[in-house]
Amino acid sequence: MSLTEQDVSKVARLARIAMSEAEIDAAQSQLNGIFDLIAEMQAVDTSGIEPMSHAQDVTQRLRADVVTEADQRELFQSIAPQVEAGLYLVPQVIE
Amino acid sequence: MINATLKQLGDALRAKQISSVELTQLYLDRIARLNPELNAYVTLNPETSLAQARAADARFAAGTAEALTGIPIAQKDIFCAKGWLTTCGSRMLHNFVSPYDAHVISQFNNAGAINLGKTNMDEFAMGSSNETSYFGPVKNPWDVSRVPGGSSGGTAAAVAARLCAAATGTDTGGSIRQPAALCGISGLKPTYGTVSRYGMIAFASSLDQAGPMGRSAEDLALLLNTMVGFDERDSTSLQRDKEDYARDLAKPLNGLRIGLPKEFFAEGLGSDVAQAVEAAIAEYKKLGATVVDISLPNTRLSIPVYYVLAPAEASSNLSRFDGVRYGYRAPEYTDLADMYEKSRAQGFGAEVKRRIMIGTYVLSHGYYDAYYLQAQKIRRLIAQDFVEAFKQCDVIMGPTSPSTAFKLGEKGDDPVQMYLSDIYTIAVNLAGLPGMSIPAGFGANNMPVGLQIIGNYFDEARMLNVAHQYQLATDWHSRAPQAL
Repeated sequence: MSLTEQDVSKVARLARIAMSEAEIDAAQSQLNGIFDLIAEMQAVDTSGIEPMSHAQDVTQRLRADVVTEADQRELFQSIAPQVEAGLYLVPQVIE
Repeated sequence: MINATLKQLGDALRAKQISSVELTQLYLDRIARLNPELNAYVTLNPETSLAQARAADARFAAGTAEALTGIPIAQKDIFCAKGWLTTCGSRMLHNFVSPYDAHVISQFNNAGAINLGKTNMDEFAMGSSNETSYFGPVKNPWDVSRVPGGSSGGTAAAVAARLCAAATGTDTGGSIRQPAALCGISGLKPTYGTVSRYGMIAFASSLDQAGPMGRSAEDLALLLNTMVGFDERDSTSLQRDKEDYARDLAKPLNGLRIGLPKEFFAEGLGSDVAQAVEAAIAEYKKLGATVVDISLPNTRLSIPVYYVLAPAEASSNLSRFDGVRYGYRAPEYTDLADMYEKSRAQGFGAEVKRRIMIGTYVLSHGYYDAYYLQAQKIRRLIAQDFVEAFKQCDVIMGPTSPSTAFKLGEKGDDPVQMYLSDIYTIAVNLAGLPGMSIPAGFGANNMPVGLQIIGNYFDEARMLNVAHQYQLATDWHSRAPQAL
């Protein structure tokens, strides 16, 4: 399997990473090298094997439905790139 | 003093032979002298560290000191520490002053330990040489033309160069064990779920595990006692009874069964590393252990499986870095999508982008079954190999890394070559088992070799016993880089 330039460009867009033509070129050969490594996996017969998503076979804990976090908006927003009147500012998305 | 064990330091502090302020200042002076060359630390706050030291001295005066009170500990820059710059080795977080403490940090704070500074690391813990850090590579204290390993390379270099009493690391595919091996120190990745991941910046959540790095197994046991503990803020934190990891250190090794996986001694292993590891095994036989030949047949598949699962989880975890709430935002952009794309393009380095893209691809529509699901199935086969192996032995031993520390820049252009150097460590993360590396002599160019010890789930106390008995019989762990 081999990724085309279009594939790489699509993945970059899905990952929200801006890439120039030259970067897409470089990424294409490196990613293909990595997928050659990964391809070794495809030959393994895994029929009947349960996927393992986690190291410990435990179920998700539940917690009581109570507030545990204090309001620290000012502290958290003090490190934000751009805030105004307690709101995070981003470029306008709705006309 | 800089070669003392943590227990000796604690005794000296308790006996008032030295104050925590003096000890902290001693390390800060060494850091000021040696760090410009090694680049092991990325952030220091001497005033904060010394204020903690004064508080620790007050605890000694009040008689409320604990085992690690007053002892200067370096923290990998992956752990959020309130009021400290916490960068994870990335431009994306170059200006992120954490508003809260990771669980590991608060455990050390509660114990009265001193946060001596934040150590350099591969960007978002993605790397095996510390060369992907936005803040420049760390140099190996044994030979500054060589890498310290990664991703906890700053920590490993700081411990080896005596720039801290001990330190923390994290291990997703070998990031504690491999740099420990390459820098000639001891490091332990505990069983998945024993140390809380809260406030530890996530890379691959089903594999990430924090652990201690230090100069001896005895020190690691003390550190682990402080780091381990149930934390409800980590959904995978395990509820278990408190244990003393130092309890079995003194046990003799008579009858210990050591499993040697044939796959760990096959093609690809450097002959100098093989020689040192074999000598260590011979030493264990002298200590009363017996050796069993075992097989972990799916070892070679651990690399492809890891390079599907870890990037997949990383692509999801790193989607939070969008330039909106914290961290880096591009200076110029046209609209919201452009802001995301430019902030992430400029904020992330090449290796991180590569892994995000692999992860995005393997999780995308039409490829999920072929890659992600297939990798999860083989992950079970790999874990099952260990279950079978531990029916025949108590611990598994082998090399930590196929070679000693390589030259800076040597593997720079080829990510695949770098990935292959994790061959002996990755399977342990996939299975969620505890693993450690201890110094076992020197290989080519007089660079340190690490012996890997893999234990069964929750068997850290036995592994520390096994490592400690070796360290009583040998002195590899107390060797220090001469140039310093």
